[in-house]
Amino acid sequence: MTDATATLPSPPTSTKLTRKDFVSDQEVRWCPGCGDYSILAQTQKVMPDFGYPKENIVFISGIGCSGRLPYYMNTYGFHTIHGRAPTLATGLKAARPDLMVWVITGDGDALSIGGNHVLHSMRRNVDIRMVMFNNRIYGLTKGQASPTSELGKRTKSTPAGTIDHPVMPLSFALAAEATMVARSVDTHTDHLQATLERAGRHKGSAFIEVLQNCNIFNDGAWRDFTDREVREDRTLVLRHGEPMIFGKDRDKGIRLSGMRPEVVQLGGDIKEEDLLVHDEQAEDPTLAYLLSRMWWPDFPVPVGVLRAVQRPTHDELLQGQIDDAVRRDGKGDLGELLFAGETWTANEA
Amino acid sequence: MTTEAVRQTEDRVQELERVTIRFAGDSGDGMQLTGTQFTRTSAVFGNDISTLPDYPAEIRAPAGSLPGVSGFQLSFSSSEIHTPGDEPDVLVAMNPAALKTNLGDLPAGGALIVNQDAFTQQNLNKAGYTSHPLTDGSLKPYNVFEIPISTLNARALEGLEMTNKQVDLTKNFFALGIMFWLYERSMDPTLRWIEDKFGAKPVLAEANRRALKAGYAFGETTEIFHTRYVVPPAHLAPGTYRNITGNEATALGFVAASHLAGRDLFYGSYPITPASDILHQLSGYKNFGVRTFQAEDEIAAVGAAIGASYGGAMGMTASSGPGICLKSEAMGLAVMVELPLVVVDVQRAGPSTGMPTKTEQADLLQVLFGRNSDSPMPVVAPATPAECFTYAVEAWRIALKYMTPVVYLSDAFLATGAEPWRVPEVADLPTIGVENHTDKATFWPYARDPDTLARPWAVPGTPGLEHRIGGLEKADVTGNVSYDPDNHHRMQTLRAAKVAGIANDIPDLQVHGPSEGELLVLGWGSTYGAIRSAVERLQADGRSVSHAHLRHLNPFPRNTEEVLRSFHRVLIPEINLGQLLLLIRGRFLIDAVGLDKVRGKPFRITEIEDAAIRVLAGERIP
Repeated sequence: MTDATATLPSPPTSTKLTRKDFVSDQEVRWCPGCGDYSILAQTQKVMPDFGYPKENIVFISGIGCSGRLPYYMNTYGFHTIHGRAPTLATGLKAARPDLMVWVITGDGDALSIGGNHVLHSMRRNVDIRMVMFNNRIYGLTKGQASPTSELGKRTKSTPAGTIDHPVMPLSFALAAEATMVARSVDTHTDHLQATLERAGRHKGSAFIEVLQNCNIFNDGAWRDFTDREVREDRTLVLRHGEPMIFGKDRDKGIRLSGMRPEVVQLGGDIKEEDLLVHDEQAEDPTLAYLLSRMWWPDFPVPVGVLRAVQRPTHDELLQGQIDDAVRRDGKGDLGELLFAGETWTANEA
Repeated sequence: MTTEAVRQTEDRVQELERVTIRFAGDSGDGMQLTGTQFTRTSAVFGNDISTLPDYPAEIRAPAGSLPGVSGFQLSFSSSEIHTPGDEPDVLVAMNPAALKTNLGDLPAGGALIVNQDAFTQQNLNKAGYTSHPLTDGSLKPYNVFEIPISTLNARALEGLEMTNKQVDLTKNFFALGIMFWLYERSMDPTLRWIEDKFGAKPVLAEANRRALKAGYAFGETTEIFHTRYVVPPAHLAPGTYRNITGNEATALGFVAASHLAGRDLFYGSYPITPASDILHQLSGYKNFGVRTFQAEDEIAAVGAAIGASYGGAMGMTASSGPGICLKSEAMGLAVMVELPLVVVDVQRAGPSTGMPTKTEQADLLQVLFGRNSDSPMPVVAPATPAECFTYAVEAWRIALKYMTPVVYLSDAFLATGAEPWRVPEVADLPTIGVENHTDKATFWPYARDPDTLARPWAVPGTPGLEHRIGGLEKADVTGNVSYDPDNHHRMQTLRAAKVAGIANDIPDLQVHGPSEGELLVLGWGSTYGAIRSAVERLQADGRSVSHAHLRHLNPFPRNTEEVLRSFHRVLIPEINLGQLLLLIRGRFLIDAVGLDKVRGKPFRITEIEDAAIRVLAGERIP
């Protein structure tokens, strides 16, 4: 396993850009108070860090409130159709491996209409950073249940409560063989910035769930564990190589009991050495999967990088096959190709 | 065969202008391979050829059953031919089921070669025969040759280390050997093929060689054939030829387009009959820079193609009707963002899953109108397998020059049918392509070229041209999102005008025969051969009939209305229930009549001939 933390290709430029260079001239049109503003701001802030000239960065989105983000980034951008952004990103990256490609999506776009494409772009290890805004609701269509809405949730489309069991996005991304899987929160701005930074430096398919608040149709969806007063006790900030400790007083931890995690109080018989140590680079995804299932109130909600491993990317493998073919057969000659096979000649009658 | 042997049989050789053979057997009997080998051999010999493979969608339906019958018809000729023949002169039936399903097409007096060994009681039952067709006198109208092919073949392969089943699988080459002898064909191309295919498996190679040669020798030594036939080479236009199917020509055309335009081809596709062979073929052209992508579904295939085009490559996708349904939303996106894209529809019988291996041309209205709103896309349709090459290049010429998605309509008959293709020199191919826009001072995402109305292609990586596109309505020139009512009307009109304007950039509709008269038979796509043959017969009879064939279905050539109005009547044969007919009537208020046949098969020449005669006589056709 190689180090997953320092894999950015050598920067094509040394010109130092700033956040402002990534702000487009378009007026931002999300509802006042929407969590998307913070995600946009953190995204613009981290962009200069990667060393890519802004013309080599592309934002591709699907449909939903999240889909508008590319309009606000002063890079190349493509606002596509519902659920299909990963497919366009796959084709773009295959044709243009030199570009840095971000996919912006939401819980409905990525996990409902576009679920199949998330699965396949992740397992192919397409070199894209997919940022999924999860607000557990359909916002742009004014408030229907989404695939991450909690069971029994009453919405415009589910007045008696939803009967569809919700999907756990990170469990899904792990099962889909994404090489990087992480979670952050719209209001935890430093953490969000650091997480986007990590995604930007990852080579391969990165799936980032951002818990985002829709203050119009699902206000306070994550409040129970993300509010400032409670977040230290109710979230687990993952750090590679460190024991899983959380709490305002850093006095609680996660220990493995058989095949299940359990929350333990540090002190007395239980020491740091007894706790689970986070290993985002573990070849085996079991630990990451276990983390992806931990949820409030039974557990603190893990935030940060659950998994970051290296595997050859789709565009590398594709280019490799082309290079091999050229090495083996020489660069294709059209005339030879057209006249190949069994030919015969008809002369003047 | 030695020269001496030819001399010995010389008095029994008869020269024919044209022969049509149908090989029919169980889908595990290798009939497609047998037909293909005979076709290649005849092509290399210099005959004009035309083929019609006809196979079931089931890979191996129950052996000996009626649905499991696979057939391959080919016509080879010393003169120019346009169709695989209405009916076979010779039917090779490898089992009772093949006999039962194909005998109806064999005219009285036709030659029937049957594998006697396969006519067991069990096989007769499977085929639903209540009496034995070889003994009950029902085959009296035909010239029947009963040959114990399985037994003779097994004898020829004695001593090879093979199972009985493996031995039996080679009997198709025994039958092929007989046919090679009967029509004076060389075994060499097939022997070379065996060497290429089975070189690494010497026993299988030897078995197939022995089967082929044993069949040939059987023809030579047996007394049952009284005559051999020779079909001399055809007088084709001078040039170098190769035998090619529509799908092969399509794939080559796309590689050529990529070469001509100087951009890499990206081909996103999801497996579907009868389009998959294009994917198989293109995936072997990696050293031409062709990037193939077997997507997770039809939508991903077209999405990835649009993404590739966005990046400056030539993104394209292919499918058949059911897949086109799934792609339609993304095709609309390509219309809105005005990026080049080619969408191939190899049509098959529908609706829904329909008859996947059978031909139809009923997706015309779908590709023209099967998207939300007014969503204009140019449509081209090759008429013959060889023409698939030309129109693959043409589709890309239009897509690049006009920055537009283009539909390329093929069908199962074109895709799998074969004919000789006069191979063009690369230097003679058209110039196609477009430059990327790089100048910041003159850049607006939706500014338009005054002649073509195309918008500029500014690809990611171009400094200073960072901009955003998408499926929301664009403001004219700036490309910003716009809900302005007048702007929307203007953009809808501009998109339509851009596609309509392509009419000024395509050849006029040609008329075969007098440019005015009683009747014009108008066609499009793979009906070309049957229409052309029927019209030529009628013209030879002195009737006032001409033929015109559309290759551009949107827009139509500029002179289309003028051509149509030069005839008293217009007959439009289609393998659908009247789709071009609807367009012609709606567009030009011309009282054309349709001839519709949707049997999953190409038209017979006589069907069109009969309909034309009835229309000329002022009769209604059903």
